This record gives sequence, C-alpha cells and structure tokens, in this order.
Amino acid sequence: MFMRRSDLPFDEDGLARFLPWLIAFMVFLATMAMAGALALSVTAGRWDKGISATLTVQIPATLAPKAQEKAIARALKILRAEPAVVSAEQISESRIMALLEPWLGTAGEDMRDLPLPILIDVNLDPDAVVDVAALAGRLSAQVPGATADDHGAWLNRLVSLIHWVQAVTLAVLGLILLVSVGTVVFATRTGLAIHHEAIEVLHLIGAHDSYVAKQFAFRALALGFKGGVMGLALAAPTLWGIGLLADRMEAGLLPDFTLTSAHWLALASLPVFAGLIAMLTARRTVMKTLSEML
Amino acid sequence: MPVELSAFSGSHLNRAPENHGGDVISFENVGLRYGLGPEVLQDVSFALPSGSFYFLIGPSGAGKSSLLKLGYLALKPSRGLISLFGRNIATTARGELPELRRRIGVVFQEFRLLRHLSAFDNVALPLRVAGIRESDVRKNVSELLAWVGLRGHMQSRPPTLSGGQQQRVAIARAVIARPKLLLADEPTGNVDDSMALRLMHLFDELNKLGTTLIIATHNEHLVKSLGHPCLCLDGGRLEITPGKAAGTAGRNASAELGKVF
Repeated sequence: MFMRRSDLPFDEDGLARFLPWLIAFMVFLATMAMAGALALSVTAGRWDKGISATLTVQIPATLAPKAQEKAIARALKILRAEPAVVSAEQISESRIMALLEPWLGTAGEDMRDLPLPILIDVNLDPDAVVDVAALAGRLSAQVPGATADDHGAWLNRLVSLIHWVQAVTLAVLGLILLVSVGTVVFATRTGLAIHHEAIEVLHLIGAHDSYVAKQFAFRALALGFKGGVMGLALAAPTLWGIGLLADRMEAGLLPDFTLTSAHWLALASLPVFAGLIAMLTARRTVMKTLSEML
Repeated sequence: MPVELSAFSGSHLNRAPENHGGDVISFENVGLRYGLGPEVLQDVSFALPSGSFYFLIGPSGAGKSSLLKLGYLALKPSRGLISLFGRNIATTARGELPELRRRIGVVFQEFRLLRHLSAFDNVALPLRVAGIRESDVRKNVSELLAWVGLRGHMQSRPPTLSGGQQQRVAIARAVIARPKLLLADEPTGNVDDSMALRLMHLFDELNKLGTTLIIATHNEHLVKSLGHPCLCLDGGRLEITPGKAAGTAGRNASAELGKVF
C-alpha cells in the first residue's frame, strides 16, 4: 500500500522535488544536534565517574625536609588504610614540574627554590561511597595543613555546563521540529491549492475528507521518509569525520566522541520519525483546510 | 437485442430503498447570485419525483449550469430551499454530504476528468471512493467502457482521447455507481448523432432502473424526439413544460440501438 496509485496528480506539482531536500536538511541538523547531545551525555558520565573516583591530597611545602618526609608517610598510611582507596602515590617532583611547565616555562635552577606543595594522587574504588570531608578531617588532624580535594567544585561547574549545552541542544531540536512541521504544513497547503480542482471532483463524486487526506498523508510519509534517509546519509559521513578528527587529537582535554549502539539506533530512527511527523502533519492540515470548504 | 449491463444489475450497489414516492430533488424559491452580482437564478421552484426524466433547456447564460451545480452541491443557494432525497441541504452536516453525493451522478460540461489517470481509473473513481471491492470495480468498469465504445482505450489518459471519447468517459464515470439522480450538462455536445442516441439509450436504461435524470442540452432535435418534459430557464426564471409521448424519432433511435446491440 506504500506506493499505492494516487488519485491526485502529485507528480505534476513539483513538491516531490523540494520537500525531501528540506526534510533532509532538517534531519541532518537534528542528527548532528542529537549526536552532539548523546556524545556529551556519554562523556559527562565518563568524566563524572573518572574524576569522582580520584582525590588529590596536598601537603604544604613549609615543613623541614625531615618533617615533610614523615608527614607524607603519615598521610600515605592514613590513605592506604581506607578500604575505598585503591592506590595512593606521591606525585614525583619531575611530574609536578612538567605540569607547571605550560605556566612557568622550563624548569631551571631558580625554580628548584619554589615552595612546591607535595601532591598525593589517590585512586578510589568507583563503586565505594567515600566521605571525603571526614577523610580530609582525619588527614588534617594528623598532618597539619593537609587538604583533600575531590574536584567537586570544578566537576559541578563542568556538569552544569554540560546540562546547559544539553538544554540548548533540546531547544535546537524543538526548533528543527517546529520548522519541519511548518514546512510540511506549507507544502501541504500548496498541494491543496494546486490540486483543488481534482479534489473538488473527488468531493463531488462522494469522497470524504479523510479519503483526500489519506492520499496526502501517504505521500507525505513517503517524501518525509525519503528526506529523512537523505539527511541521515549526509550526517553519517560528517559524524564519522568528526569522530576521526577527535581521535587524532589525543588530547586529554577532549573526550573521545563515541556513541553507544542504542544511540546509533536512535539516530537511525530519525527518518522514520520524519516520515511519521510529515504524515500526521499533512493529514491534520488537509482535514482542517477541507473542513472550511463546502 | 438490447444488452443489459451487469454494472446496473449487480448487487454491489444495492441500497436500502429510501424516500419511496418522495421527491428526489426539489427547489423552493431558490435564488443564486455570484458575489454582489445580479441574480442568475430567481425564485426557481420545482420538485422531481423518483424516476422522472427532464431536459433542462434555455439559451446560453440562462443559468442551466448554475442550476445543475446547486443540484450536485458544488454551490450553495443565496436564498431558498434545496432538498435532495428528502433532506434539506442547508441543515445537513458537512460530513453527511458525501453519502448524498454518492447517490448523484454528474456529467460536467467540461468533463473534469483527472488527467493523470487512465480512462479506466477515472471511471473506477466513484466505486473506489465508495469502497467497492477491486474485483467488482474491474468487472463493472471494463464492461461499461466497452459498452460506450472505449474497449481499446481503457488505459489511455484523457489528454490522448478525442473530445467525444472524453465525454463518454465522463458519462461512464457519472453512471458507473448507478446513481439515484443523474445531472448531466450537455452530455452529448461532443459526439456524433449515432453516439448521442446510444448515450441517450444509456440514460433511458438508467431511468427505467429508477434513476431520476436532468439533462441540460442545446440539442432541440433530441428534446423533441424523446418527448420528455422540460425545465426551461430564461433570464434566471424557470418554467416547466410538460412532455409528450416519445415521437417517431425516439422509436427509430431505439430500433437503431436495438440493431447495434
């Protein structure tokens, strides 16, 4: 029934040429926006898990070398005694220098005099619930000046940024939907105007509005689906290209943009949605417009 | 030997008898004007009982087509009352009009065939719209098209057909669903005399089966020879002239048709 003979001369109206392209662009934009939002949600989840399972303990560098050694050993002992702690290692001076290099330049002789704090990198069991505040309290009680940072403030800002981006993406998707529906309404009204003579004949021989609407709806379904497939065909290589570029960066800052198979399935279903939305919109438009006629 | 078309005797279109003895179509003081222009129809009143056969005559511009348009519900009257099958059109809900229209066959003056559809599909439209089974559609449409001499043109599209052939397709479309009321606007305007007689025989056959007909025509010869009563329009006003028994020309026509079939 999908490619059924139509009682209206749809081939002559030219809408079949431009409507699929308009829908294709909309589906392309929707696919990109959705892929972005989905990749962000994956990344946000990963960051959340990755960072929340780490702690950085800082011991001020104001102590005498001997006292400092003792303080580090005490801190490591306290940390390693925690059941949730998987590992706790002091970050070497050379690693700290390397971390500071982008800000302070190559480590020279004078930089040795800088009072660099001692940092301990702590990895936690991601599934364990850790009371970071209590742990920090115990640490500072035994090692004066020691602080534990679970990156909470930074993480909160990051997560709220991601939520904002996701909200904007949703708004973009909503706008795309609105424009698509508007396009189909406009195209359907144009079709009704172009074919009004044939529609009048159908009416005069006893066709109900729904009979006419069905013809428009089937056509919109076919054109919407076709446009959706075209849009997806445009979006797929684009996404693949972005993924490839992101892979090449290898930078720690850029998370790799990967989508799960469920996400790919959601993106692949966009043409079906495009077809269904076009079909429902066309049907509604025809029923509404015809109900105002004799 | 006259041929009986199974399209007209099949059971697929049997409908519950309705409005026995009542008027199929009636106009009461109907007036029609387009926009703010003068009235093209004034105080038109008539009532045709089931099974009547009327010609609609009058000079060009007298309002014949307008009257037919009111009859097949393409226009609303500016004033007055129109009833079809005993129902007041003004108070009939829009959603119920298709059921009324399915009982009315229309031959439009300009044919109004759908250009992208074959002759077969054009004639099949009223049956498909009414949801008739495709096997019945095939049988009845093929038979009727063969009967009007278009057996070899079933798959031809209207633009490739001559005016006369298009007219026959239009007539076949109007009668395929065996309407209770047939409104035809110059249905024999584009065919030669023998085809005109053949088509008139088709209308007669329909009439015998109970269809009420109003045929608008300029063909005085046809009107005189068949002797049906006339609705005469002049300057937007209607007069009804009684018919007389079919003349010799009509009988000759039937004899001629008898030879053909």
